[in-house]
Amino acid sequence: MAHEKDSVSSTRELQKARTGIAGLDEITHGGLPAGHPTLVYGGPGCGKTILAMEFIVRGARDFNEPGLFISFEESAAQLQENFSSLGFELDALIEQKQLKIGHVDLSRGEIIEAGSFTLDGLIIRLMHGIAEIGAKRLVLDSMEAVFAALSVNAKLRSEVARLFDWVRDAGVTTIVTGERGKGDSTRYGFEDYISDCVLLLDHRITDQISKRRLRIVKYRGSSHATNEFPFLIGDTGLSVIPITSIDLNHEAYPERVSTGVSDMDEMLGGQGYFKAKTALITGIAGAGKSSVAAAFALATCKRGERCLYFSFEESAAHVTRNMKSLGIDLVPWIDTGLLRMRSFRPTFRGLEEHLVSVAQQTDAHNPTCVVMDPITNFVTVGDEEEVKSMLTRILDLLKRRGVTLLMTALTTGAQKSEETEMRLSSMVDTWVVLDSEPASRTYRRTIRVVKARGMAHSHATRELVMSSAGLSVKDLPVEEMHV
Amino acid sequence: MKQNPDETWTLFLYVAGMTPVARRALANIEAICKEHLEGQYSLQIIDLLEQPALAEGHQIFAVPTLVRQLPEPLRKIVGDLANTAKVVVGLDIQTSASAGQRGRR
Repeated sequence: MAHEKDSVSSTRELQKARTGIAGLDEITHGGLPAGHPTLVYGGPGCGKTILAMEFIVRGARDFNEPGLFISFEESAAQLQENFSSLGFELDALIEQKQLKIGHVDLSRGEIIEAGSFTLDGLIIRLMHGIAEIGAKRLVLDSMEAVFAALSVNAKLRSEVARLFDWVRDAGVTTIVTGERGKGDSTRYGFEDYISDCVLLLDHRITDQISKRRLRIVKYRGSSHATNEFPFLIGDTGLSVIPITSIDLNHEAYPERVSTGVSDMDEMLGGQGYFKAKTALITGIAGAGKSSVAAAFALATCKRGERCLYFSFEESAAHVTRNMKSLGIDLVPWIDTGLLRMRSFRPTFRGLEEHLVSVAQQTDAHNPTCVVMDPITNFVTVGDEEEVKSMLTRILDLLKRRGVTLLMTALTTGAQKSEETEMRLSSMVDTWVVLDSEPASRTYRRTIRVVKARGMAHSHATRELVMSSAGLSVKDLPVEEMHV
Repeated sequence: MKQNPDETWTLFLYVAGMTPVARRALANIEAICKEHLEGQYSLQIIDLLEQPALAEGHQIFAVPTLVRQLPEPLRKIVGDLANTAKVVVGLDIQTSASAGQRGRR
């Protein structure tokens, strides 16, 4: 997941503590400021407690940095219960003295103020807790609760500022969480005291689809990405999906991958698609897009490589049955485990869930080739810009892993769809258009390579023949070429 | 809250070092106890600088904090306890005069 390139370039600026949270270390160019406090805030249910706990758990588990979690809201028992569903075994970490949870119950509003006070009680608790387990990481969740429980005045503000100064002096990497108030500020405006690093989390629901976003509002002394990044709370915690163009210099793979149809390989400079690049097959309904995709999947498995096949329109059983009639028998390869088919409807989830799902499946199956058939249905889930951004991220992710992607898209001939095609085309390296044209008494399927970046390819429109013996391509009869 | 003569008041005063604020808090609570709870209370002072682990039990975050452990329910009052009226009300001390006199000594 981590890209060393990013973190190395920024170590000169500032020491960073990796969170281990998928994607977050990439967009922060290496992690959170080590030994400094970071503010993570957002509305209710935005995921700030999860982010904070994951930072602690991964620190303890993966980076040998024990953590102290001070909760002003949920009790230790509640936290343990909530996080066990994310696969975080808090009790085990507590047992090993890698984690300590302190609870200060402020939720019941029982605190009566009678005169001046300081937050030294909390600071002593922090000192003691940090010393007890040798904590390198600290969470205060949430600071808002402290403000809510006490009367907010200049004295309290200066005490909170002093607390954060103490944190800096102590040199523990800290996450302080807060509630978002009006606009971009926290409810009690204490972000002014934590200018080291500020992350804003957002959770909105559009068209009944949940969308989570993370943005780095501020990161003093460090470069960072500035966009809003989609993130997900999955089975194993948070995943932030970094934008693609962080580095465009993917390794250039001069290698080629067979399309699975020798005649098509012929059309593509004799060798097929580019390895670790993206091929797009577009065409009208029934033009043979899925067949071309399946032929590619079959060829991959026959080479003994793994293939991951996303079918967004039909069930796996449906696809395999249809393909078998064309001599493309995928079932044996599913049985051997080389081919993994995943079938679901895009509308079933939000866009970023798809993205994360593709990433997770790719990690789990470790394929050399991925098929997405068809991607057109995604347009129903998000608007065009969002879809494009998600696809770009998927493409990028697969390229980084050296995976060859073949995606299909349905064209209808309508104006809108042509535009979509054009946009997609800029993202892919090879673009093959399937069509059909009238021929004497019937229609014949045609195939044409519109684009094949950096390769000598045929520009001719040829006939795509689908028979029980599989796919083949032949020249159109000369006398009909001008019809 | 009723206040039986045999009822025992268990109070803790958490401080972080005997600072001037801590001394004021101690003097204030002692005066209040003497006036209203003579012979029915125990007051224990806990200096967190010496016993930091004890901050966890009563979930102390501010100092000074006065904790009323008994009678239940648990009550917490933070500050130097200079506002006697607030302390008396906060501790829920029923004084014979509390109905008419608003907490003045």
